[in-house]
Amino acid sequence: MSTLLLSDVLVSAHAALPAHPLLLADGVIDFNTSRLFSSFWSLTVDGLTYGAIYALIAVGYTLVYGVLRLINFAHSEIFMLGMFGQYAVLWGLGFTPQGDVYTQGTVLTVLYLLIAMIGGMAVSGGAAVGLERVAYRPLRKRGAPSLTFLITAIGASFVLQEFVHFVLPKLTGGNFGGTTAQQPIRLVQEVTVFSFGGADVSNVDIVIVIAALALAFLVDRFVNATKFGRGIRAVAQDPVTATLMGVSRERVIMQTFLLGGVLAGAAAMLYSLKIPNGIIYSGGFILGIKAFAAAVLGGIGNLRGALLGGLLLGVMELYGQALFGTEWRDVVAFVILVLVLLFRPTGILGESLGRARA
Amino acid sequence: MRRSLPTAAVAVAMASALLVSGCASKGDSGGGGGGSTSGSSASSSDLSIQPVVQIDESGKEVPAADASNAADPAGDGKAKCASTTTIAMAGALTGPNAALGINILDGAKVAVDAHNKANADCQVQLKGYDTEGDPQKATQVAPTIVANKNVIGLLGPAFSGETAAVGDIFHQANLLSLTASATNVDLTKNGWTNFFRGLANDGVQGPAVAHYLVDTKKFTKVCVIQDDSDYGVGLAKAVTSALGSAADKDCAASVKTGDKDFSATVQIVKDAGADAVFYAGYYAEASPFVSQLRSSGVDATFVSADGTNDPEFVKQAGSSSKDALLSCPCGPAPDQFATDYKSTNDGRTPGVYSVEGYDLATIMLKGIDSGITDRAKLVDYVKNYSGDGLARHYQWSSTGELSSALIWIYQVK
Repeated sequence: MSTLLLSDVLVSAHAALPAHPLLLADGVIDFNTSRLFSSFWSLTVDGLTYGAIYALIAVGYTLVYGVLRLINFAHSEIFMLGMFGQYAVLWGLGFTPQGDVYTQGTVLTVLYLLIAMIGGMAVSGGAAVGLERVAYRPLRKRGAPSLTFLITAIGASFVLQEFVHFVLPKLTGGNFGGTTAQQPIRLVQEVTVFSFGGADVSNVDIVIVIAALALAFLVDRFVNATKFGRGIRAVAQDPVTATLMGVSRERVIMQTFLLGGVLAGAAAMLYSLKIPNGIIYSGGFILGIKAFAAAVLGGIGNLRGALLGGLLLGVMELYGQALFGTEWRDVVAFVILVLVLLFRPTGILGESLGRARA
Repeated sequence: MRRSLPTAAVAVAMASALLVSGCASKGDSGGGGGGSTSGSSASSSDLSIQPVVQIDESGKEVPAADASNAADPAGDGKAKCASTTTIAMAGALTGPNAALGINILDGAKVAVDAHNKANADCQVQLKGYDTEGDPQKATQVAPTIVANKNVIGLLGPAFSGETAAVGDIFHQANLLSLTASATNVDLTKNGWTNFFRGLANDGVQGPAVAHYLVDTKKFTKVCVIQDDSDYGVGLAKAVTSALGSAADKDCAASVKTGDKDFSATVQIVKDAGADAVFYAGYYAEASPFVSQLRSSGVDATFVSADGTNDPEFVKQAGSSSKDALLSCPCGPAPDQFATDYKSTNDGRTPGVYSVEGYDLATIMLKGIDSGITDRAKLVDYVKNYSGDGLARHYQWSSTGELSSALIWIYQVK
């Protein structure tokens, strides 16, 4: 019912737009439907690719929220550290940054990418657990109000960014971090594998979408079908009872941060595959906000919601850009968020980490 | 055991996905061994930003200044001056934008060293004042420059924002302010009689590049993409209007500073089938943008301006930056200057505005050598100056703009 209402609103919004000649005449907002239709499939492919990355990061927000009712705003920086982690691993393997793509042959390339991914996962996972220890656990021990956690999260985000901005280059002789992006190490040349409906699907797109879906599936299984996952769900549902039943809350919290961090690390490697020149101290911020929006869109606290929200947001903001003009990207993303929350305040799939089948 | 089936399924899926990527990259595989063997084609590591042609505001070619006519800071070697005589330089020497300030200071150092070596009786000091490129910091630094009685002239301030903030302070002190890099058009409209700009302003660059693209390159369809900075918006406006009918409104687009993902913009450019893409913005966004254009199969010429004219652009965009055209009001460094610069500055190579720093410092040194000892006379000296430098001919109009403002077109190759 509510989705029906939503589409009604969207349709009437479309119909209403040309009625504002001021906006259109000034060229502030385009309304270019032919552009949307002509490049629909290309936008869909790109949107799914970025959406898959949003989704992986969104899982980190959703898991921590599900267990702690905390928005971990430093999660975007965990992702950023993952980008540096996978870069450092490639560097450690002997790759030096250069303009061209390395040609290592299929097997070796896959191997190096897997090692880089594990490196990114390790750095992000470690950083997430460390963050939890240093920033959140002491607050929890003292029973701080939830607002304190939020401020701490924002503070931790700045600390991590500025660490990479100013301290890391001093520690590493200027090789890592600093004000400019890392000179890229490219292992894979993005080439079109097949086309359909005018859309070129590249090898990188395929890898990102499949790897992200696979990881999302894996996490879903982990949370819903293992002993660890049962612990996470138990704590999310009722921390007091879970503790009485012998579940260690602290351990579950640590596992949750680790899981979210590891996924962010994987997302970091996939993102660097698509955008090799995006490894910079500020590179996590916008993605983090988008992933958070995706998590809320799908229903924060809900794993499958994060996946759905990520993919949806990725696709929608590209459609929006084609329709209204490229500068409206973030506006479109957040207007969609607002519209969905108007009709489904808990997101599309609702909050359900705790309420999932036990 | 319960968990092993999905785990295995996922492992297989991921491995096959990665295989797809590997297969595609196999194309020209040299079957390299360890990661340490640098790729089989190291061509793009040789890429750099090379000067192509100097143009005027209407896009017509202007022969480059003959470096052999350039004023020589060494002079006749008989100059006499007080050993406390100091030239100040103000600009970002630390912080995120330090590279440009250091380029200018290093360029000036080459001139001062050459001067002091030749003139035993006139040892001029060069003192750098760090503003971090921040207008607020500059307002704290400016009074200390004015208060230093040994400072006879100022090379700077380096950036437009800080110049706007402190220009009045130097004007009141009637201290020569000779900038090597502040290009905002409005700076010379303040009535500062002590302020001179050693290069073309932003109002020249846009039309010059646009006319060059239409008249010389014969491009008939150009997509103008702008970022959301004052610089990008202003430049895009100037370029679009000078391009006239060659600017395709349907593929004009705006991006945001800090963006790394440009898929919708790339798609628009791709659908338009344009001859060229003009990007009005900085290298941090230009590098991923040009990479994504190339990997989507768009081979339109990539054109951008001084915000992108930075070695960092080539480093980050790699082989996709090849053949990109980059304009700049800054002049290229002649070979001899580059050699001297390297030996003076610990092996660093000249960058954007290094030549301007050298030329403008040379003009001040010539003033000092002519016997000038006070600030007001040095301002008059520059006002009436006419002579060649390494980069161009220097002669100023009454407002402090160069009488002939020229732009250089560079190409990544």
